[in-house]
Amino acid sequence: MDFSQIFMVMAATIAMTFFLGRYRALKLGQATGGRKSLNSLPTYYGSLMAMWCGIPCFILLALWMMFDDVIISQAIMQELPQAVLELPTNERGLIFNMISNTAENGARAGAEPYMVAAAERLQSLRETSQLTLIACLASLFLVIMLVVWAKMSAKTRARSQVEKGFKWLLLICASIAIFTTAGIVFSVLFESIRFFQSVPLTEFLFGLEWSPQMAIRSDQVGGSGAFGAVPLFAGTLLISAIAMVIAVPAGLMAAIYLSEYARPAVRSAVKPLLEVLAGIPTVVYGFFAALTVAPFIRDTGGLIGLSVSSESALAAGLVMGIMIIPFVSSLSDDVINAVPQSLRDGAYGLGATRSETIKQVVIPAALPGIVGGILLAVSRAIGETMIVVMAAGLAANLTANPLESVTTVTVQIVTLLVGDQEFNSPKTLSAFALGLMLFTITLVLNYVALLVVKKYREQYE
Amino acid sequence: MQVVNTPIQENEKLNAKSDKVAREKPKTDPINGSHANVGETVGKPFAKHPKMTMRNVDVFYGDKQAIYDVSLDIGKHEVVAMIGPSGCGKSTFLRCLNRMNDTIDICKVKGEIKLEELDVYHPKQDVVPLRARVGMVFQKPNPFPKSIYDNVAYGPRIHGLFERKTDLDEIVENSLRRASLWEEVKDRLHSPGTGLSGGQQQRLCIARTIAVSPEVILMDEPCSALDPIATAKIEELIAELSKKFTIAIVTHSMQQAARVSHRTAYFHMGKLVEVNDTKRVFTNPQHKLTEAYITGRFG
Repeated sequence: MDFSQIFMVMAATIAMTFFLGRYRALKLGQATGGRKSLNSLPTYYGSLMAMWCGIPCFILLALWMMFDDVIISQAIMQELPQAVLELPTNERGLIFNMISNTAENGARAGAEPYMVAAAERLQSLRETSQLTLIACLASLFLVIMLVVWAKMSAKTRARSQVEKGFKWLLLICASIAIFTTAGIVFSVLFESIRFFQSVPLTEFLFGLEWSPQMAIRSDQVGGSGAFGAVPLFAGTLLISAIAMVIAVPAGLMAAIYLSEYARPAVRSAVKPLLEVLAGIPTVVYGFFAALTVAPFIRDTGGLIGLSVSSESALAAGLVMGIMIIPFVSSLSDDVINAVPQSLRDGAYGLGATRSETIKQVVIPAALPGIVGGILLAVSRAIGETMIVVMAAGLAANLTANPLESVTTVTVQIVTLLVGDQEFNSPKTLSAFALGLMLFTITLVLNYVALLVVKKYREQYE
Repeated sequence: MQVVNTPIQENEKLNAKSDKVAREKPKTDPINGSHANVGETVGKPFAKHPKMTMRNVDVFYGDKQAIYDVSLDIGKHEVVAMIGPSGCGKSTFLRCLNRMNDTIDICKVKGEIKLEELDVYHPKQDVVPLRARVGMVFQKPNPFPKSIYDNVAYGPRIHGLFERKTDLDEIVENSLRRASLWEEVKDRLHSPGTGLSGGQQQRLCIARTIAVSPEVILMDEPCSALDPIATAKIEELIAELSKKFTIAIVTHSMQQAARVSHRTAYFHMGKLVEVNDTKRVFTNPQHKLTEAYITGRFG
């Protein structure tokens, strides 16, 4: 029996206590004069019972899982011969791994006798630990259940307690996202600080050259390492700008068509279709960009005498723009629909045509919401990786020409971290600095977008 | 209100005949009554100098009929109030007069609606010039999210009613004055119209409507979202406006109908039950249903 099995059995048992609690409540109700004499509905008593029995047991199980291995391995290590204990930490870890392998798969050739002995000891300790755990869980469960059973009365305020428990559950779920964000920020932040110890912040922010190859040996040829992030951000900006030039007009007009002109039948057919675009994996967009759009642009450019590189910012930007269209159209559609019909009626009542109404009344009224949507789309474009990896190229050119190959921040992060990396070279660490910058930029954009959207919401409530 | 006595007296003769139409008592309880016991319109639905004439108007929402065979005139410079219980079709009927129902796909209108010689529902009739002649004020004040000035200037701008900026300034000032809002807003013409109080917003919407110089103004419960003081102001305004405009007003408040209108039309379940001089409708209704409604027995 391992932890997952214990967990399943426990979950099933706890689920049973729900029915037990409800049964108890019904009995209590019968004794005191019907269901109405109960403080709460019987299901709340069931949930209360399950909650009381479940939470301590799960906490115990979680703690056990956390500390079980640590304590056992400590105990084993102490019993090892003095010679082993004096080895460096990583070698001791290796020996412990061998012991644990022996315990699981039986002794192999070359295993020292002390290892076999330790393996047997390890095995028995693990078994003991598990039995103890099961015993602890069972007794904890029984004690709590009996106490709750005994204390439960018709006056128990089961509903408010369950509601309180539910509130905590919601709070925990909400904080998962926050803690994760904080974790990401800190991990990126610490690595970035290490990076900035070897490369000055000003060089990173204002340097015009990006070539992260560092010489590993002093006599190695190639790359002294230049970490100016400007070309990367310029590339990101260029591609995002192209994407927005495509996505904003197309998305906005699609939204206007859907919300103002389309008949309900058309709308209900077109809107989901448009949203299918959002469901296409970006990697698929990526090879569409690299294999279809980029060669097409190169050939078309060739026909009219332009030299277009086969990986161009234009191809990546175009496809990214198409990818973002449903984002813009869906958000804009929502805010356009939120514009009260009375405003439209007011304009129609004055003899405005449909397009005058839309241009002069509906869009201005929806503008803050639309801007919010567009800003969210921009942060999406800036963070987009797969399309640019496949279609935009790797050369860090500082150029405003969309027909040339450029690279973006996200592409560089990918190339820096793919493959075997040394985590103490500035080359690898620069990925974290780039990530931090990118994160900051999109965070600010999202924040601004939220502010704008919030301001808009207050207008009609 | 004295100004408009003349058309009413003239209407008297025209409608004398329909006054005499014999009425049968409704056979069933009026609250649950069917259309069958409504019968022909009583009173005097016609005017001698009609601004708008409606003849045998039927309105359908999909398969459901909302208005049954309504014939009514609105005389020049007359204020006609339309009253009736919720869902009786008075707003629907009002919105036919400048084709605001066009925005509802399933709405179909049959019969004849004329603005003087103009056939409102002629297939080739463009709604834009029509709505410039027949303006509308809505239930809830709905100023555009623009400045006070731009709200009023909106209509003149889309219809190209001015040549110089000073002309527009003049139109805006005159309209605001006529809506008796000028004194309150003249110092903040460029602040947002949504920042005004409810009553001011509604007067702004009236100013916006009259800035286009319409001939007819339709008002769909213009005071239902306002407090009594703002309501009183709007009612005063209606009396003032009727000197220059023809007004059709839908209202839930019978007192309001009695105060502002020359004639009152009572609608019941999509039918026009009774039209008569307002005083007469409220003091001596001829139809059982009208009587039941104005005495507060249902509705």
